[in-house]
Amino acid sequence: MASDRLFGRPKMPQRPVKERIRDFFEVPLGLPEDVAVEEARRCLQCKKPSCVKGCPVEIDIPGFIGLLGEGRFDEAIAKIKEKNSLPAICGRVCPQEDQCEKECVLGKRGQPIAIGYLERFLADYEREKGITTPPLPRPIPKKVAVIGSGPAGLTCAGELAKMGYQVTIFEALHAPGGVLVYGIPEFRLPKAIVRQEVEYVKSLGVEIQVNMVVGKTFTLEDLRDAGYEAFFIGTGAGLPYFLNIPGENLNGIYSANEFLTRSNLMKAYLFPRYDTPIKVGRRVAVIGGGNVAMDAARTALRLGAEEVCLVYRRTKKEMPARIEEIERAEEEGVNCVILTTPVRFVGNENGWVTGMECIQMELGEPDESGRRRPVPIPGSEFIIPADTVVVAIGQGPNPLLLETIKGLALNKRGYIVADPETGATNLRGVFAGGDIVTGAATVISAMGAGKRAARAIDRFFQDPDSFPQWR
Amino acid sequence: MARILKKEVLTPQIKLMVVEAPWVAKRAKPGQFVILRINEEGERIPLTIADYDPALGTVTIIFQEVGKTTMMLGELEEGDDILDFVGPLGREIEERYFGHVVCVGGGVGIAPTYPKAKTLKACGNKVTSIIGARTASLLFWEEKMRSVSDVLYVTTDDGTYGEKGFVTHVLERVLKSEKVDLVVAVGPVMMMKMVSLLTKEYGVPTLVSLNPIMVDGTGMCGCCRVTVDGKCRFTCVDGPVFDGWKVDFDELLARQRTYLEEERRALDLWLTEKAKEEVSHGF
Ligand SMILES: Cc1cc2nc3c(=O)[nH]c(=O)nc-3n(C[C@H](O)[C@H](O)[C@H](O)COP(=O)(O)OP(=O)(O)OC[C@H]3O[C@@H](n4cnc5c(N)ncnc54)[C@H](O)[C@@H]3O)c2cc1C
Ligand SMILES: Cc1cc2nc3c(=O)[nH]c(=O)nc-3n(C[C@H](O)[C@H](O)[C@H](O)COP(=O)(O)OP(=O)(O)OC[C@H]3O[C@@H](n4cnc5c(N)ncnc54)[C@H](O)[C@@H]3O)c2cc1C
Ligand code: SF4
Ligand code: SF4
Ligand code: FES
Repeated sequence: MASDRLFGRPKMPQRPVKERIRDFFEVPLGLPEDVAVEEARRCLQCKKPSCVKGCPVEIDIPGFIGLLGEGRFDEAIAKIKEKNSLPAICGRVCPQEDQCEKECVLGKRGQPIAIGYLERFLADYEREKGITTPPLPRPIPKKVAVIGSGPAGLTCAGELAKMGYQVTIFEALHAPGGVLVYGIPEFRLPKAIVRQEVEYVKSLGVEIQVNMVVGKTFTLEDLRDAGYEAFFIGTGAGLPYFLNIPGENLNGIYSANEFLTRSNLMKAYLFPRYDTPIKVGRRVAVIGGGNVAMDAARTALRLGAEEVCLVYRRTKKEMPARIEEIERAEEEGVNCVILTTPVRFVGNENGWVTGMECIQMELGEPDESGRRRPVPIPGSEFIIPADTVVVAIGQGPNPLLLETIKGLALNKRGYIVADPETGATNLRGVFAGGDIVTGAATVISAMGAGKRAARAIDRFFQDPDSFPQWR
Repeated sequence: MARILKKEVLTPQIKLMVVEAPWVAKRAKPGQFVILRINEEGERIPLTIADYDPALGTVTIIFQEVGKTTMMLGELEEGDDILDFVGPLGREIEERYFGHVVCVGGGVGIAPTYPKAKTLKACGNKVTSIIGARTASLLFWEEKMRSVSDVLYVTTDDGTYGEKGFVTHVLERVLKSEKVDLVVAVGPVMMMKMVSLLTKEYGVPTLVSLNPIMVDGTGMCGCCRVTVDGKCRFTCVDGPVFDGWKVDFDELLARQRTYLEEERRALDLWLTEKAKEEVSHGF
C-alpha cells in the first residue's frame, strides 16, 4: 500500500497561538476543499467498515466519504444527515479519536481517516449555502413535551417533529442549547453554529419555550393537564461538584459551570459591553483533567491570566479530555501539574483566595473505572499560589425537577433509570436520555439517546401497551 | 417576555412593579423569588416575589436601585417588557402555626417580609412586625404591613419617623417582654446577622432570607453557595430561607463584595454614556 494512503492524513489548519489567545474566535479553521477531497479519496471504502461501529449514531461513513471524494457534496451531507442532524457540532466536538477514527482500519498500520474533519467540512459547506428544511409530513395531533434543550432534547424534538408530532421544548435558561451554549466556549464551538442548528430544529415545527424551569414554573402533571401525552427528560448533568475542602467558599473560587456560564452564556468576556462580570487574576489554577477543565483553563488565558496551571491527580495519560484539546491547551501555555490534588484553600483577610495547599500523589491499584487510583504521598504538601481557582472535577444530576416527579426511579447516584434502547423510565409515557441518565458523557451519545427515545415515543403512541410499567 | 402593568415610585430609590407573569403567579409561594434580565446584554438578577395574584396572573417586585441593572429596570415604564422573567425559584417558607411570630423587615427587605407575614397571619399566628429604614423617606408599605400584623413597630435610624434607632432595639424589647416562638428577618446581611445573634441569646428560632450573588438560580453554577451549619448549601435551590443561627454571615458579606470594582465600572460607564446622550439630545 502506498505510504500516503497510510500516512497522508492532513493536519487541521489552526490559528497561530499568539493571535488566538487574545480573542474568543474559533481556533481550528477547517480543511480547504482540495485537502478534504484528497483525504476522502484515501478511504479504503471497506465492505465491512469498522469505523461505523465506533460512531454512536452509526453514520454511513464510507458512504458520505465516497460522495465527498467524488465532489458530490450535497449528497454527502444528506447522507450524514440521515443519521446525525447536528454535524457542524459533532464534527467539532466529538472525541473522534476514541470513536469512529479509533476503529478505522487504516489506523492499525498508519493514520486513520480524518472522519471528524470531513464531517465538519461538509457541514460548513452546507451552512454557507444555507440549510434547507426537509418537506414536513402530515401533522399528527399528539403533543410531546421535551424538557431541556441540550443535544439530547434538541435531537429528540427534531426527530419527533420530522414524524409529524407537535413538540414543545421547555428550557430553564434564557437560551436553548444546554452545554453547547453555556459550557463549551466560543473558540471551540461558535455560538452562531448552535443558533443555526436550533433554528433548524425550529423550522421543523418545534416550539421552544425558554425561561421555564420545569419542577418550579410548572410540573409534569401541569403539562399532562395541558394535553401533553409523552415526555422526554433531557436535563443534563448540571449540578457542579465541589471538593468539600476548607476554604472553598473564598472569593475567587468558581465552579467550572459558573466560570464558563459567565463567560459563554452571559458573555462576560465582553464586559462591560455585556453586564455580567467575571474575575480573572494574574495566576489561575484549574482543578481537573477533562474537557471542562481544558475549556476553563483556555478561557482563563483569553480573559487575561498571566499564568494558568491545571492541577490533576493522575497523569496526563489518564486525563479524560480529548488529546487535541490537551495539546492545544499546552501550546497556549497552560501548565499541567500532574499527580497533585488540593487539600485546602488559603485566603487573605478580605476573604479572597491566595493559593491552595496541595499534596502529591502516586498511582496505586486500578479502581472501578480501570484507571490506577491516585494515593497521596504523606509529607509532600506544598502551596500553589493562585488568585483565581476553577473547580472542574465533574457534575452530577440536578435534583430540582426529579424530586417533583412522584415515583420516578433513580439510581443510587441520583440519575434516572432508563432503558438504554428506548429511554423508557418506570413511568409510562416518560422517557429520558443524555447526561441525566448516563452521567456526564458526550454530545453525540446524548444525541443518540434523544434519537432512540424519539423512535420509542413514536412506538408508544402506536402501541402504548408495549411499554409496560416496570419497576 | 413579561409586561410591566404598573409602576410605583415608593421612595426615591425604591420602585414597585406589577408584572404580567401568569405561570409565575400561579405557583408562587411566600419566600420565593424570580430572576430577570432586561436586555440581550443584561445580567440575570434575583428579586423576591413581594406579592402575587394567581387570578390576575401578576407578580409584584420591589427593588432598590443599587447598581446598573436595578437602575435600568427603574427606567422602564408601564407597558414596557422585561426580556426574561423566570420563577418562582427557591423554596417557600413553612406555612403553619408557630404561635407568636415576629417579622423584621429592614430597608427594601420590607417588601419580601410582607408575603411571609401575610401567610403566617393567615395560618393563625400572632404576628408582630418591626420595619425600619435609614430615614423617613426610605420607608414604604407601612399600611400594608399593618394590615397583616397584630402589632406593628416602625423605626428609622435617624429618628425622622417612628422610633429612633435600629429594628434590633425594638426586637430586643419584644423578646424581653413577650414570649416569641419564631423570628423571621429579611434585610441587609448585617441586620440579619445582628438579629440572629440577638435571638440566639434569647433562644428564639430565627429564619433569614439570604441574598448572595446569583447567576442561573437553578442550582447549576454554585455561585450562590453559603455555609449553613458548616455545610455548603446553594441559596437558589436550598434557600433562600435558612436558619439564621447557623448561617456564616461574614462569608456571605465577603462573597457579596466579589464584583464591587466591576459593578462600579459598569455603573460609571453607563452613567457617563447616559449623560452624553442627554447632552446630544439637547437637554
Ligand atoms: C465545558 C464542557 C465541555 C464539553 N466538551 C465536550 C466535547 O468536547 N465533546 C463532547 O462530546 N462532549 C463534551 N461535553 C459533554 C457534553 O456537552 C454533554 O455530554 C452533553 O451536552 C449532554 O447533553 P444533554 O442534552 O444530556 O444535556 P445538557 O447539554 O446539559 O442540556 C440540558 C439542558 O436542560 C436544561 N434543564 C435542566 N433542568 C431543567 C428543568 N428543570 N427545566 C427545564 N430545563 C432544564 C438545562 O438548562 C440545559 O439547557 C462537555 C461538557 C462541558 C460542561
Ligand atoms: C433571593 C434574592 C432576593 C432578592 N430580593 C430583592 C428584592 O426583593 N429587592 C431588591 O431590591 N433586591 C433584592 N435582592 C438583591 C438584588 O438582586 C441586587 O440588589 C441586584 O442584583 C443588584 O444588581 P445591580 O446590577 O443593580 O447592582 P450591582 O452593580 O450588581 O451591585 C451593586 C451593589 O449591590 C450588591 N449586590 C450585587 N448583587 C447582589 C445580590 N444578588 N444581592 C445583594 N446584593 C447584591 C453589590 O455588592 C453592590 O454593592 C435579592 C437578592 C437575592 C439573592
Ligand atoms: S458523529 Fe462523531 S463519532 Fe460519528 S462519525 Fe461523526 S465525528 Fe465520528
Ligand atoms: S474504516 Fe477507515 S478506511 Fe475503512 S471505510 Fe471506514 S474510514 Fe474508510
Ligand atoms: S445561582 Fe447558580 S447555583 Fe444558585
